[in-house]
Amino acid sequence: MNYNWNWSIFFEEAPDGTGTYLDSLIAGLKWTLATAGTAWVLALVIGLLIGTLRTAPNKWLVRMANAYVELFRNIPLIVQMFLWYFVFPEVLPTEWGNTLKQLPNSAFITAVLSLGFFTSARVAVQVSTGIQALSGGQRMAGVALGLTLPQTYRYVLLPMAFRIIIPSLTNEVAAIIKNSSVALSIGLIELTASARSMQEFSFQTFEAYSAATLIYLIVSVVAILLSNLLEKTLRVPGFIAAGSAK
Amino acid sequence: MGNFDFDVIQRSMGYLFTTGMVFTLKLTLLAMTGGIIFGTLLAMMRLSANKLVYLIASSYVNLMRSVPLVLVIFWFYFLVPYIGAWITGASEPIQVGAFASCLITFVMFEAAYYCEIMRSGIQSIPRGQIWAGYAMGMTYWQTMANIVLPQAFRNMIPILLTQTIVLFQDVSLVSILSIADFFGSAAKVAQRDGRLVEMYSFVAVVYFIMCFSLSLLVKKLQKRVAIIR
Repeated sequence: MNYNWNWSIFFEEAPDGTGTYLDSLIAGLKWTLATAGTAWVLALVIGLLIGTLRTAPNKWLVRMANAYVELFRNIPLIVQMFLWYFVFPEVLPTEWGNTLKQLPNSAFITAVLSLGFFTSARVAVQVSTGIQALSGGQRMAGVALGLTLPQTYRYVLLPMAFRIIIPSLTNEVAAIIKNSSVALSIGLIELTASARSMQEFSFQTFEAYSAATLIYLIVSVVAILLSNLLEKTLRVPGFIAAGSAK
Repeated sequence: MGNFDFDVIQRSMGYLFTTGMVFTLKLTLLAMTGGIIFGTLLAMMRLSANKLVYLIASSYVNLMRSVPLVLVIFWFYFLVPYIGAWITGASEPIQVGAFASCLITFVMFEAAYYCEIMRSGIQSIPRGQIWAGYAMGMTYWQTMANIVLPQAFRNMIPILLTQTIVLFQDVSLVSILSIADFFGSAAKVAQRDGRLVEMYSFVAVVYFIMCFSLSLLVKKLQKRVAIIR
């Protein structure tokens, strides 16, 4: 095979003027983590809200929440990103749209929005599953104690449900980190994109992609270890959730 | 928004569906078939008593599951010509078409996900049935092919199909390599005619209708295929 191996390529100067190729990969990793992290906060907040609504006693609230979940689950992520990037600013009033297009980090903001809303639908499903996994007696007990329904959710149901679904939320964290790579299609130079540009400049394809793969592996192992730790600390004594038995 | 141009959709409809959607559907169906076959083999390997076989299969599955699909697409786009040269013994990396390259990528990638589904399917079959198979004098392969896999497969059909909907959506990522799948062909028209809003909205609507109806179908199927014990 006529492939020229060159593992020292990482310490050579990258043509984009920001330092070595290794530096540009690390810069990519930072964008990946920043995008995934910010989007995760968004996904968690909206997902909690929509997931709660899916278990609400009002039929129309449930329908609306279900429609939300189906909308974001049934369109491919890359299409959603293009919608936010190209279509959303056009739908807004002209001035707002122009402001949005001229924002300095518009690729990052778009990536966070689309990734956050996309993941929020998946989080919502987990949240409502968690609430439904609790015995109905808990809701009744809350109401019988004189709590209002929002109070029952706030103090009884959600804290329990949240702790039950931590293992499945771990999967979503891993997924959001991986999915952030789709943002390269709208021009965000995250980890996969920086590996690709390294490949294009240096022709050391094998080395570039190996490095990216290795970094993704490390990130996912760290994420899994952290959430196992979180799961252990927050575990409800004497309550074994169906999802955690593995 | 007032000048939404429905005409561009109508004009490009033929191209979108006969070129783009055909590519997407062909790739989805072939990758599903290949992925389920390879995934089932991986699942059997992951459940093997042989430490080495187990280790190989689980490292492969874990590797594939912790790397983003976009990176895997880049990997295989680069690797497939080299692997081809290695298999055929050619000295130069051989040229592989876009479709074949994508197909190999998706079979290899989705197999890891199908593997996990088939693994829990195989594990859902009571151990006694396997022992019964051995007691009847069947070999491992006979037990698997005649007793375990048909039931495991039937139990897992709804989840396998749900994963296939995910695969159908994932195929849109090949547009990153400027390949004209359904989304890629729409993106080409959108850029050529400067009609981004129309084309991307149309693509989203089509994907939504297809995936949503498929997921409703899967829900119906879920009730019908359950084995009554």
